Amino acid sequence: MTPRRELLRVTGNERVGPYTLLRTARGGVEPGRPGQFFMLEAPGRVLPRPMSLCLAPTGELAFLIDPVGPGTQAICALQPGDELHVLGPLGNGFRLDVPRPLLVGGGIGIAPLPYTAQVLAARAGGRGVPPAVLGFRTALHAEAAVLLPGAEVCIEPTYVTALIPAAMDVLACGPEPMLEAVRAQCPGSQLAWEAPMACGYGACYGCAIEIDGEIKRLCIEGPVLTAPGSPDGATAPGSPDRAPAPGSPDRAPAPAEAA
Amino acid sequence: MILNASGCLDALTAPDVAQQLDCFVTKTVTPLPRGGNPPIRIAETAVGMLNSIGLANPGIDRFLVANLPELAALGLRLWVSVGGFSAEEYARSCALLDGRPEVEALELNLSCPNVEEAAESAAQIVAACRAATTKPIWAKLSPANWDIAASARAVEAAGADGLSLVNTIRGLALDPRTNRPKLHTATGGLSGPALKPIALAAVFQCRRASALPIVGMGGVWSGRDAFELLAAGATHVALGTVLFGDPGAPTRVAAELRAELARFGLECPRDASGIAHDHALSFQPPLLL
Repeated sequence: MTPRRELLRVTGNERVGPYTLLRTARGGVEPGRPGQFFMLEAPGRVLPRPMSLCLAPTGELAFLIDPVGPGTQAICALQPGDELHVLGPLGNGFRLDVPRPLLVGGGIGIAPLPYTAQVLAARAGGRGVPPAVLGFRTALHAEAAVLLPGAEVCIEPTYVTALIPAAMDVLACGPEPMLEAVRAQCPGSQLAWEAPMACGYGACYGCAIEIDGEIKRLCIEGPVLTAPGSPDGATAPGSPDRAPAPGSPDRAPAPAEAA
Repeated sequence: MILNASGCLDALTAPDVAQQLDCFVTKTVTPLPRGGNPPIRIAETAVGMLNSIGLANPGIDRFLVANLPELAALGLRLWVSVGGFSAEEYARSCALLDGRPEVEALELNLSCPNVEEAAESAAQIVAACRAATTKPIWAKLSPANWDIAASARAVEAAGADGLSLVNTIRGLALDPRTNRPKLHTATGGLSGPALKPIALAAVFQCRRASALPIVGMGGVWSGRDAFELLAAGATHVALGTVLFGDPGAPTRVAAELRAELARFGLECPRDASGIAHDHALSFQPPLLL
């Protein structure tokens, strides 16, 4: 079933460090599972932009957006009372049935973690929010850590991977090099990847990457993919995984490339 | 009728979008499986979208066994887009599809800007396919062709039953940080609003050159856009890039098109087809005194 697309009213626009937290009325759009994503209309642009849900306050949805290009800048310029189309939730989010969750975020990759923490805390029934570690480029970017109270924060040149203890069930989102490092360091980690997407629902084939040795659409198979292995050293169930990036030490030649 | 542009919708992952259409056109199927081009495959520009997917598809043999039965189960009217790298390849796929009753028509992708073209001309490929199938053949032509009307006449003479106008046109976008091409393949196919006037011109010219029915496509965002393609000479309209941002576009555009037809006192799309020509032929500029 294709998810719901609705015209939602903007209810808030707040600066969080260099980012914008855009709040909308929820309408009939479900917040979905943490790590799923939504396609946000970018006013005046041809294509919408994929965004994960940052917070799900009662009656609202909130998205954390880094205004890096014309589309994200157009979205960040929306003011309360404006409207935008939102399609979602899309894709596969994080598996939350893990015994020792640890949230790991890098930069704007913090975006899906506050909602993830909220849902995990609700599932834990009062046993508190899950631990989180965050890495940022600058102190200004690190201001976004306010969205995840209690998180341990580092700023470059310290990398977030230095803050990850062993044998945790890692749920991570961040830039590709960070995810590659987490993937290598944390067997069984759940990693929320990113790729250019025009549609978010399997129509455009723009987001295709190598998953499990085949070229597949990240929007359908992901965006959350599971690294091989498990924190305990056992073999992970058959979850889709992304091939390491070209140049990674553990990259084997893929059939598509050999052809 | 309203169709999708080939490669802009997967009916198996979004059946409810496909079911809004009058007819579903598959992503192009080639003789051998293709993974497609490496990322980055898409980029947005101010006026359209660039793609360089590279005809990712399972190949005709697997398509026939795996995809076609699943598509048929959706109960859609179905056209299959056929691609290849020689007339013989196109013809072989057409022959394999010829006996499949669930396939209503074949669209020949003669114009993908992201892969190497077949050495033969569009007309030679159409002629080879004509000999391989009795199904209706729609020839999808490139707007980069300067004399598209001549191509239309040539594929008509070769046995095509209709024209699909237009495919994307080659474009390039640069990354403002690196000044390098955004797409891995550097250039890609430009679609979306920028393509609409180009599509209108192609449809207009081909309508004058050929009696074949035309599926008009290129930058259709609204019922008015669809109406204009009909007015220029299309008999059907296909939606492409608009589907990415608006999966409800087929229903919306159909409703807007009905309203636009009513605005001009026209009952059905057929009544609008080609009216721009009547006007163009009868229009007399006022005398300047």
